[in-house]
Amino acid sequence: MGRGPSLPPFVGKIVRQVSTLLLTFVGLTAITFIIGRVMPADPVLAIVGDRASAEVYDAMRLQLGLDKPLVVQYVIYLSNILQGDFGKSIMTTREVSEDIIRFFPATLELATVATILGVFVGVPIGVFAAVHQGKMVDHIVRVVALFGYSAPIFWIGMVALLIFYAKLGWLPGPGRIDVFYDGIVEHWSGVILLDSAIQGEWEIFHNAFSHLILPSAMLATYALAYIARMTRSFMLDQLNQEYVLTARVKGLSETTVIWRHAFRNVLVQLITIIGLTYASLLEGSVLTETIFAWPGIGQYITTSLFNADMNAVIGGTIVVGICFVGINLLSDTLYKLADPRARQ
Amino acid sequence: MTDIGSSRTGLRAWLLSETPGSIGQARCQRFYLVWLAFSANPIAMGGLFIILSLVLIAIFAPLITSGDGTEQVLTRRLLPPSAEHWLGTDQLGRDMFDRIVWGSRITLYIVALVGIIVVPIGLLVGTTAGYLGGWVDTILMRITDIFLAFPRLILALAFVSALGPGLDNAVLAIALTTWSPFARIARAETMVIRNSEYILAARVQGASSARILLHHVTPLCLSSVIVRLTLDMAGIILTAAGLGFLGLGAQPPLPEWGAMISAGRQFLLDQWWVPTIPGLAILTVSLGFNLLGDGLRDVLDPRSDS
Amino acid sequence: MQRTLKSLTVAAGLALAVGGASYATSPALAGTPKNMMVMAMSISDLITLDPAEVFEFTGGEVIANVYDRVMMFEAENLTTLVGGVAESYEVSKDGKTVTLSIRPGQKFHSGNPVRAEDVAFSLRRVIKLKKTPSFIFTQFGWNKDNVDSLIKPVGGKVSITINADFSPALMLNALSAGVGSVVDEKLVMSHEKDGDLGYGWLKNHSAGSGPFSLKTWKSNELVMLEANPSYRHGGPKMSRVVLRHVPEPSAQRLLIEKGDADIARNLTPDQVNGVAGNADLVVDNNPKAALVYIASNNAHPILSKPKVRQALRYLVDYKGMASTFLAGAYKVHQAFWPSGLWGSYDETPFKLDVAKAKSMLAEAGYPDGFKLTIDTLTSAPFPEIAQSVQQTLGKAGIKTEIILSEGKTLWPKYRARKHEIIVARWSPDYVDPHSNADAFAHNPDNRFEAKLTGKLAWRTSWADPAINAQTEAAAMELNLDERLKMYHKLQADVQMQGPFTVMFQRNEQVVRQKNVKGFVSGAIFDLVFYRNVTK
Repeated sequence: MGRGPSLPPFVGKIVRQVSTLLLTFVGLTAITFIIGRVMPADPVLAIVGDRASAEVYDAMRLQLGLDKPLVVQYVIYLSNILQGDFGKSIMTTREVSEDIIRFFPATLELATVATILGVFVGVPIGVFAAVHQGKMVDHIVRVVALFGYSAPIFWIGMVALLIFYAKLGWLPGPGRIDVFYDGIVEHWSGVILLDSAIQGEWEIFHNAFSHLILPSAMLATYALAYIARMTRSFMLDQLNQEYVLTARVKGLSETTVIWRHAFRNVLVQLITIIGLTYASLLEGSVLTETIFAWPGIGQYITTSLFNADMNAVIGGTIVVGICFVGINLLSDTLYKLADPRARQ
Repeated sequence: MTDIGSSRTGLRAWLLSETPGSIGQARCQRFYLVWLAFSANPIAMGGLFIILSLVLIAIFAPLITSGDGTEQVLTRRLLPPSAEHWLGTDQLGRDMFDRIVWGSRITLYIVALVGIIVVPIGLLVGTTAGYLGGWVDTILMRITDIFLAFPRLILALAFVSALGPGLDNAVLAIALTTWSPFARIARAETMVIRNSEYILAARVQGASSARILLHHVTPLCLSSVIVRLTLDMAGIILTAAGLGFLGLGAQPPLPEWGAMISAGRQFLLDQWWVPTIPGLAILTVSLGFNLLGDGLRDVLDPRSDS
Repeated sequence: MQRTLKSLTVAAGLALAVGGASYATSPALAGTPKNMMVMAMSISDLITLDPAEVFEFTGGEVIANVYDRVMMFEAENLTTLVGGVAESYEVSKDGKTVTLSIRPGQKFHSGNPVRAEDVAFSLRRVIKLKKTPSFIFTQFGWNKDNVDSLIKPVGGKVSITINADFSPALMLNALSAGVGSVVDEKLVMSHEKDGDLGYGWLKNHSAGSGPFSLKTWKSNELVMLEANPSYRHGGPKMSRVVLRHVPEPSAQRLLIEKGDADIARNLTPDQVNGVAGNADLVVDNNPKAALVYIASNNAHPILSKPKVRQALRYLVDYKGMASTFLAGAYKVHQAFWPSGLWGSYDETPFKLDVAKAKSMLAEAGYPDGFKLTIDTLTSAPFPEIAQSVQQTLGKAGIKTEIILSEGKTLWPKYRARKHEIIVARWSPDYVDPHSNADAFAHNPDNRFEAKLTGKLAWRTSWADPAINAQTEAAAMELNLDERLKMYHKLQADVQMQGPFTVMFQRNEQVVRQKNVKGFVSGAIFDLVFYRNVTK
């Protein structure tokens, strides 16, 4: 993972990563901001409606500060953000920061469960395929995993809803929780599973979990394919090393060789991959959320975008972007800490 | 490599000769060896078969369809697959088979155009950063990092919203969100290459940086960039379909598969073929690219090559 | 070793299916509670619940159930305008002043009594806040400087004076619009901030006297209303009403078929056909005043020719569309005031006639056609309508390109007169033909700087002095028979000369569970009543 020609000390690396984070932050806001201002969708009309008179329209434009030069608007916006003020959302009439606190946990819940599923299914599959490299089972496992990687999630999600909800009735329909359970659990972390468990509302936990299964499984197909593929590749690397041969010669059982030796050595690399997957699920849940009427940050950003609600779009994008960079940074650091070779 | 056989005659002998007579022969040999490894890999061959079929279908679209897939016959809408309409008709009475076939051209167009935009940009940024180093490297890589950090689909969505919906704008938006990993790969390769004797020799001979980059560094980066591109193709197709699904990609009546799913999704329960067939088409093609990319990597990436 | 691996993989792989099976008996799948009505619909247009600002479909519907209006239509009789908060009214001899008597004994949800002061406060508030729907009131000559003296409480009554040439009947109709909602002055003013008349607070709270109060609004998730047991017609049977945001019609279909929703609002005609076989579901048909029309830009050099505009009207397959993908949800209607309402004009002189259109185009100098762009919305059925129009225009040689946009992108283009032809929808603001005449026919100043962006005639750069005069005269006319004739003539004239091709009128198809009864949905978008619903 190391880039740059020389080898700066570990601390220097962190400093550089943090500065990257800051630069990324400025870049993210600038790009989103510019897009928001040049796009043909009109934030003023989003508030006043298409039948507003010119007078009402102009008054709102002034109130939003859209008459100022773009640079001035950006500087004002940036200084507000630094004070923790993302502005108000047009759509929800609330502070964007409040909205994010409400919508982000839904996505977090979805992506976390999907990643866990992806790891628990993907890793064994990957190891299995590596052990049987080149055999029929290897090919089958790989092709099946690639299927998950190739299916348009909005389509497969619809088909899954049709089968498991409409036809079989095994799982509940779209939405995060049944409406009559809504608002019973106190919003503490925003992650319903956690909140209901803490407050002992097991019926709600049950309900929320059953709602979570289908969308997270859909999202997990993607994670699974990627994790399985990478696990296989890492394992192959290890299985061809001499120490594995030595261990086999010493007469250790295959299970011990594979899990105790080879697998332990790919763990560190796996963590990086899992981090990457997790980050991409956080941002990649837009279409899943649309299909499953999941009130998450992806849906929040998309609907805001269509409604020219730029404060919401920028706020949401920044949060997702920062999480993305943050998780990558974290897995990168973990990798460095765990792997003595990479530390040098 | 496996045993290559004993009857080395003609072209085969030329390709496998242990002492190539020219640079041309050496290059051809390298390709041939790759091909041998590639063709022994059933997964890769499966992928290649799918992609070649797609290309053939796209080329011969006028011969295998009865129209361009946009003729509506309102009285013959939502008909199930039959001898007359192999894949049924859609909500405006258009032949689904025709639409799927013509849609293959759109898919190929998107993939090709994104590739054409992304590879040069990635190479240019990556090789320049890697070769020149210093502050040029820092600036270019920070920009790349920003694009890497951006939520991809959301960025594409935002770009299309700014540019206005349409096929070409969707392609442009996807390209803008796809180039950054290519720059990273090209940079990493360049850093390995730039201190090789071969580049030093060129520099000593007085070649300019631009010339070295263009004639010596870029060709060497190309193979890993192409593998990555093949692996990314499926992602590009899915993103394009996602944009189409959200109404920001190809505009009607163009038979873009994602848009077809979007328009047909209300029929899933009663006329399953309307959204299912374009879904299967996307699945097949992106699977094809994934298989091909996976196979190519097996062959070209020494790590998994034992 | 193999066994270990295999079992691990299989176990992990089955985790899903097992999880699924164990939830098969979940109580969540037992349908909706007995005392709660759950409606699956799209609520993404909801951005405010302040009655002085509400101008969208969902918002209009919600406030109609939360606030009583000064004048209103009741669920039991959708065609007769009656007093709501006002019990009766008197019109002065000159037709300029209306005095409203307040119905005694009414209470707001807060427990405060409903007073004449609240009525005056609510109406003045609309003028002072000057939000989009305020034009419904400002046309009567009220502004922030004179409204305190023109609308005032006098001895328990409210006196309202019209300061323009409008009939009092039109004004009473206007008082039944959303801006005629009566808000609780004491409650609202207790939440005032920086002189905003409580606007910031009322956007997402309620302060009314209607059958329901607002419990929660989570944007793009749900709106939850709670019954007001002391409503003047008696408390609603449903103690809660939930408007659940389900943007996907296909998801709505699944929910209603599985019994997880009581009512589905946005099914497409084909989906409604699909549920026909389900014995537990019933489809209600509610004729709506919403129109779908094509507007051609009169500033376009070719489209400005009357012959070309007339030819376009013969290049739409009205019947073909209305009998196939629009069947049940739209019927052919070609004048600007919808059928079924007072003053409607139901003549349909146009049908698809390519030969006739071609000869008209030839007369206008375009025998080989020309090129155009068609702008329209992304939501069904607009892309389908545009594609059908594209095909029929193509038969006369007019080549078109379709551009789909979300409303927030499409409306700025339309308001800036940058479209060529646009397929759009329109729904009147109140039940008086003037509401649509003002939009489709009236354009007193066609200059770009005039920015009469609320008027469709201005947006299409079309101004006709004779038509303008007719529109103004009809709005002022006191004799109803005379007024009716004037609107018929006006509609016939606009139909033949105007830049519009009105195509369809909407028929809302509401799908409900068989046992859910009493849901009332009238012609106007905010004439929707939840209070009589039983299960």
